[in-house]
Amino acid sequence: MIELVDVHKAFGANTVLTGVNLTLRKGRSMVIIGGSGTGKSVLLKCVLGLVQPDKGAISVDGTDVTNLRQGTPERDAFLARFGMLFQGSALFDSLPVWQNVAFRLLRGSLKKPRTEAHEIAVEKLRRVGLSPDVAELFPAELSGGMQKRVGLARAIATEPEIIFFDEPTTGLDPIMAGVINDLIRGIANEMGSTAMTITHDMSSVRAIADEVAMLHDGMIQWTGPASEMDSSGDPCVAQFIAGSAEGPIETVR
Amino acid sequence: MNVLAIIGRAVLAMLAAIGRVTLFAVDTVSHLGRPPYYPREFAQALVQIGYFSLPVVGLTTIFTGGALALQIYAGGARFSAEAVVPQIVAIGMVRELGPVLVGLMIAARVTSSIAAEIATMKVTEQIDALITLSTNPAKYLTLPRVLAATVVMPFLVGVGDIIGIMGGYLVGVERLGFNAGTYLRNTIDFLEPLDVVSSLTKAAVFGFLAALMGCYFGMRSDRGAQGVGRATKSAVVAASVLILAANFVLTELFFSA
Repeated sequence: MIELVDVHKAFGANTVLTGVNLTLRKGRSMVIIGGSGTGKSVLLKCVLGLVQPDKGAISVDGTDVTNLRQGTPERDAFLARFGMLFQGSALFDSLPVWQNVAFRLLRGSLKKPRTEAHEIAVEKLRRVGLSPDVAELFPAELSGGMQKRVGLARAIATEPEIIFFDEPTTGLDPIMAGVINDLIRGIANEMGSTAMTITHDMSSVRAIADEVAMLHDGMIQWTGPASEMDSSGDPCVAQFIAGSAEGPIETVR
Repeated sequence: MNVLAIIGRAVLAMLAAIGRVTLFAVDTVSHLGRPPYYPREFAQALVQIGYFSLPVVGLTTIFTGGALALQIYAGGARFSAEAVVPQIVAIGMVRELGPVLVGLMIAARVTSSIAAEIATMKVTEQIDALITLSTNPAKYLTLPRVLAATVVMPFLVGVGDIIGIMGGYLVGVERLGFNAGTYLRNTIDFLEPLDVVSSLTKAAVFGFLAALMGCYFGMRSDRGAQGVGRATKSAVVAASVLILAANFVLTELFFSA
């Protein structure tokens, strides 16, 4: 279970999170929605320790992970439980696709022999619908959709307990977005992983989410099962679903 | 009053920057004693910084050695000292021009490349991805590059010194009419071990500074293409200035009477 209690974060004068409280139960898929620049990515990065919260506490399975120091065995063990798909895929340009996918398997505590790591990478690529030929290409040789799939394969390479997806369908055409959504849902179900996704794509929300949380004004405005989202009664959620310019979410930010 | 405030702020900002760079350098060096290590990345950096810099080092030093021979010959003629061309070319190349010019060329070629690469990795979230994959960017990106540059620069400067002297030799023998054997003997007889030691020591320090600045500004890059451009420019300027400043300090240490 991931729990955030009263998490605050500001960058200089720019206040982003003003007391986020959120609970994600084990094995569930939560989607966080909200307008651009509302701090959704910052929220994910706070959980991963990429951004240090100014105030508040974050715990995973009851263990406080708010202030884990980089390079410590505790932090390495914590990160080994996570997989992350970045918005722009964040593939390493200098490495071929298979080494991107098997990055964690080629070094560190999860290191495996090179041939075994290669086999696992090819298997994960197959799982996300890419042929073994792709394994030897470099990221720059792939289309945006293929890069997302490689990023997804990397996120699941070690079969992590928790997977984060940052805007998984941004920049993709609707068909490819649907493919990625199905893959995320299928993989999360198959592996029994806890998933947290941030997006403003409502088709992704409906395809992926067990639960939905609405982030606005630095706080979670509403959270509940995806099936209750349309009848939430929350004006922010209603405006977001309708894609309307009228409502509490300002269109000029 | 306002002028004083501006000067005060600038001094404070400069001190803060020196502090940040020092902490970054200490952190980088401290990883030498803390595994894991990434030998593959180190080997790649050795090839990138060392092997692929050889052409530019060779071209820079051969022309400089040749020009130096011409200048000394022309200048020396004013007081009938044309014969000292081999000695002055040798001492000039080994003590000063070899390490400084190679250092500046490395700042242009390697510092810029490191800064742009790491800055791009930062703005495209590759650095964040490294961290989520339980890999410390300081160990994986910074240390291999800084170590490789420090190790390989003495080799590059050694090669540059030799090629620079050969540039002077070619001009001296082919253009100025020196006897080939005498030119070489004068060069070898005049050089002392301290000249070579100072040259190679400077090289190692310059290599360290050049790679460190590339990594430091790359890691601190702002977002977007402008951020990458600014990081690259700052890295090259800082590396060049630090190399020249370090050259003065090292020259003072080695050769002050």
